[in-house]
Formats: sequence, C-alpha cells, structure tokens
Amino acid sequence: MDNHNSGHSEHSEHNDGHIAEAHHPSYGINVLVWIGLIALTSITVSVSGINLGSLALTVALIIATVKTMFVINFFMHLKFDNKVFKIFVGVCMLIFIVVLVLTFFDLTFRYE
Amino acid sequence: MSQNIDTSQQEIHEVHIHRDDFGSKMGMWLFLFTEVLLFGGMFILYASYRFIYPNEFVLAASELDMLMGAVNTVILLTSSLTVVLGIVALQKNNKKLCMFFMWVTVVCGLLFLVNKYFEWGAKFHHGIYPKGPALQDMSEGEVMYFGLYYVMTGLHGLHIVVGLAFIGFVMWQIKKDILTSTNFQRLENAGLYWHLVDIIWIFLFPLFYLIH
Repeated sequence: MDNHNSGHSEHSEHNDGHIAEAHHPSYGINVLVWIGLIALTSITVSVSGINLGSLALTVALIIATVKTMFVINFFMHLKFDNKVFKIFVGVCMLIFIVVLVLTFFDLTFRYE
Repeated sequence: MSQNIDTSQQEIHEVHIHRDDFGSKMGMWLFLFTEVLLFGGMFILYASYRFIYPNEFVLAASELDMLMGAVNTVILLTSSLTVVLGIVALQKNNKKLCMFFMWVTVVCGLLFLVNKYFEWGAKFHHGIYPKGPALQDMSEGEVMYFGLYYVMTGLHGLHIVVGLAFIGFVMWQIKKDILTSTNFQRLENAGLYWHLVDIIWIFLFPLFYLIH
C-alpha cells in the first residue's frame, strides 16, 4: 500500500487512454468490415474456380492477408490501440516471414 | 494489519484502481503470439510439403467439400462480428443486447463444430483416416496432405472449443455483473482469442479447400 499513490497516478493515465479508446464504440463500422470480409470470401472462392496456374496460391494468400488485416485492425481494435501493440504484431509477422523465407532457401536448394 | 482492515472499506470503492486493463491486454496479446508460434510452425510445415508434392496436394484436396469449407468460413466470420458487437453493446451499457450477441457467437461456434463433425465423418466413411483403407492406396504426398489436414483443422477445432469455454466463462461474469460497461477487458480478451482462431481459419480455408 506504500506506493498506492504512485500506482494510482500511473494507472489513471492508462485509464484515460482506455476511456479515450472506448469513447466511440460503434456497431456500424464492424458490420461494414464483416460485409467486406464476406465479399472477400466469395471473391477467393470464385477466383479459385479460374485456372490461374501458379498465380492461384499468390492470389489466395493476398486475399487471406487482406482479410486478416481487416480482422486485426477493426475486430481486434489494433488500429485504435496503443502503438506498442502495433509494433508487437509487426515484429511477430516479420519473424514468421523470415523463418518461412529461410525454410524455402533450404527447400529450394536441397531438391535441386 | 488492523489499519489495512480499516481502510479496506474505503478501498472497495476504488477497487477498480488496482485493475490493470493495459497489462491484461498485453498479456493476452503475448499469449496470442505463442499461438502464432504453434500454428506458424504448422503452416511452414504445410508450405514445405506442398512445395515438395504440389500435384499430390491438388489431387488430395479434390476430396474436400469446398462448400462446407466456405459455409464454415462465413459462420466463423459472423461469430467474430457478433463478439465485437457484444463488446460494443457492453460498452454502451446494454447488457441484454451484449448477452444476445454472445449467444449468437456460441451458436456459431457450435455450428462450426457440427459441420466439422460431418466433414470428418464423411472422410472416415471414405476410409481416409490413419491406417484407413483409402489412405493406404494413396501416394506419400496425399497421405502427407491428409495428415496435415487432420492435425491442423483438429488443433483449430480444439481452439474453437477452448474459445467457447472462455466466452462461456465471460458470459457468466457479465451475467453476474462482474464485467460491466467500465470493466470489459476480459470480454475483449476473449474476443481477441476468438478473432485469432478466426484468422487461422482464414488461412486454413484457401490452403486446404481451394487448391485446384
């Protein structure tokens, strides 16, 4: 309880941020994002019917990534969130891509 | 100690001060990154085997019901929406509407699992299961595809079950007014988990169902 005061002031700062963020919760924007996600799903299904050859996987992954961006930014509120979470997610994605690319360096040259 | 007890009455009113919503959210995000580590490894495994067996993967994927996958995608996306709407409703202090949206989420999650049950059931019926008759006639690449299919969609299904339990727990706390319009971080954490499970499906769907 000794540091109650300092804890208090620190926390009220966080609370302010939180209240500011939660200040304008709205149904509409989320419904719009959902419509977008459903539209992208039908696009990815119909595109898969066209024979795009080697491009098909790229197109499917791009659409999936766009959908993910919508979910992360709006449904998970990252767009309105503290900068530290944006950096976290960015670093996490970067690490995943680096490991994926390094794996493919191995695969490409191993089965040559 | 006695002094503490004296002041405890007074502190009940300020109990929210000791709550750390920011830390709670950060803890949830860090946990989600460990989930990315878990599924990320599997996606890399998938990418590697698809690279080695491109034609076998196309052949094996033709066994999957694309419509079923698409329906499940729509179900999960909708459940993600209703979680967010539930959070908005609680923030607007509309507990009844919040509970309604959360129930829709639970129903969507259960529908997803029912579809998965029928989907897996159909595969089993065709002899596609470990040591199953159909699987033994398949090439190594096709067996690999179905191995990945069962492990990845199975683990994802398990996450749906855990997500439903988390949402159920949070709903109980909303009902008991433990979570309110000023104290909703735990509901948001349940939402974050549910959205991550949704994101994983967003990638599983094209990678397993939409290969031609």
